[in-house]
Amino acid sequence: MTAAFQSGRVYAIFGDNGAGKSTLLRVICGLASATAGTVMIYGSRERSAFTSRLGYMGHAPLLYDEMTGLENLRYFAGLYGIGDGARCEQAIAAVGLDPALTRRVGEYSQGMRQRMSLARAAIHDPEILLLDEPFSNLDPGSARAMGQLVAGMRDRGKTILVVTHQAAHLAEIADESLWMSAGRIAAWERGIAAADRSAASAVLS
Amino acid sequence: MSSLASVTASNLRKDIRLEWRSKDAINAMLFFALLVVVIFSFAFDPTAEESRQIVGGLVWVAFLFAAIVALNQAWMRELHNRVLDAYRVSPAPANALFLGKAVGNFLFISVVEGLLVPLFVVFYNLRPVGPAWQLVPVFLLGTWALVVVGTFFAAISLRTRSREVMLPLILFPVSIPAVLAMVEATTMVLTGTDSPQFWITLLLVYDVVFTTVCLLLFETVLHAE
Repeated sequence: MTAAFQSGRVYAIFGDNGAGKSTLLRVICGLASATAGTVMIYGSRERSAFTSRLGYMGHAPLLYDEMTGLENLRYFAGLYGIGDGARCEQAIAAVGLDPALTRRVGEYSQGMRQRMSLARAAIHDPEILLLDEPFSNLDPGSARAMGQLVAGMRDRGKTILVVTHQAAHLAEIADESLWMSAGRIAAWERGIAAADRSAASAVLS
Repeated sequence: MSSLASVTASNLRKDIRLEWRSKDAINAMLFFALLVVVIFSFAFDPTAEESRQIVGGLVWVAFLFAAIVALNQAWMRELHNRVLDAYRVSPAPANALFLGKAVGNFLFISVVEGLLVPLFVVFYNLRPVGPAWQLVPVFLLGTWALVVVGTFFAAISLRTRSREVMLPLILFPVSIPAVLAMVEATTMVLTGTDSPQFWITLLLVYDVVFTTVCLLLFETVLHAE
């Protein structure tokens, strides 16, 4: 596949299971190698040149269950050379959680885990966010809240690629949408087509 | 940019915190090594002289097998929730993860050794004939030899299906020179027959060589798919 993503936009990526959506994100962030071709970000093919400018939220939470949210965030912030504890607290508050929460992540609800996972992905204030199924296993209220967080990040100028099966949550947010099939881009359109939105809404309602 | 020292310290703190809360590795190692101490003491009922001859081998076999548990456990934490992916996408140096894990494992195994060595002394009625202080470098260098190679191979076997079996299979052959040096040096100190200097030097060389090799190769292991 050949694709160019412009900065400051939200891209919704749809497709059936096995279409290659998650693989696309993993190739972009360097967790998987492309079988052919290259990934160029901000003019560089060298991964080390852009790792700090990428944030990745995986399908799994990528958090330690035995540590609290704040402990997790402090650890991951340290990997980016951020030693400012206040920044971690701000990041947790920004996703609607309480930084003083002493519960360990293993005791969080699914919605709280997803929010904390987003806070982890964005702790170093990356310009590009790759979100893999951020709405999965969330109740409608939590999914709406997650959608608002994504919209807020878009408004702050982030480039966001969101892999999801739930088009309705991105209906008001996505600038462009891609449909993938068998590792290729089958369709690319502005916004999310009304037919897709209504189909997804029907499923949700 | 995050430095090697600060990220290593951060990884070490994290591993100590996780182990402190779960105590998975230390408990498993402790029970396993304790069983070896007790069962062998009943099975052989050795005299003091016989003990000095066999305990060098016995103590290191117990710690080697017990260490396998800790080494597997250390990396399993990184697989749960795919936390390792978060490290791989970060700009943090790969070697900081390796060093943090190796030092953490060294501390955990040292704790178990510190608790069990007195039991070995009591159960086997040990009175070293040679200078006992020489056991300190033997234990420090020997434990690091087990840990550095074990941590590296545990990372390699992490993505294999039978990792619990795979780790000893690939670790033990590479550890033979170190195990031989540990056993010989310990036996020499206990029996006072000869100077363990050669074996301690061998352990030192083994540690330097394998620490260097592991540090050079770990980034490739971490980013392997």
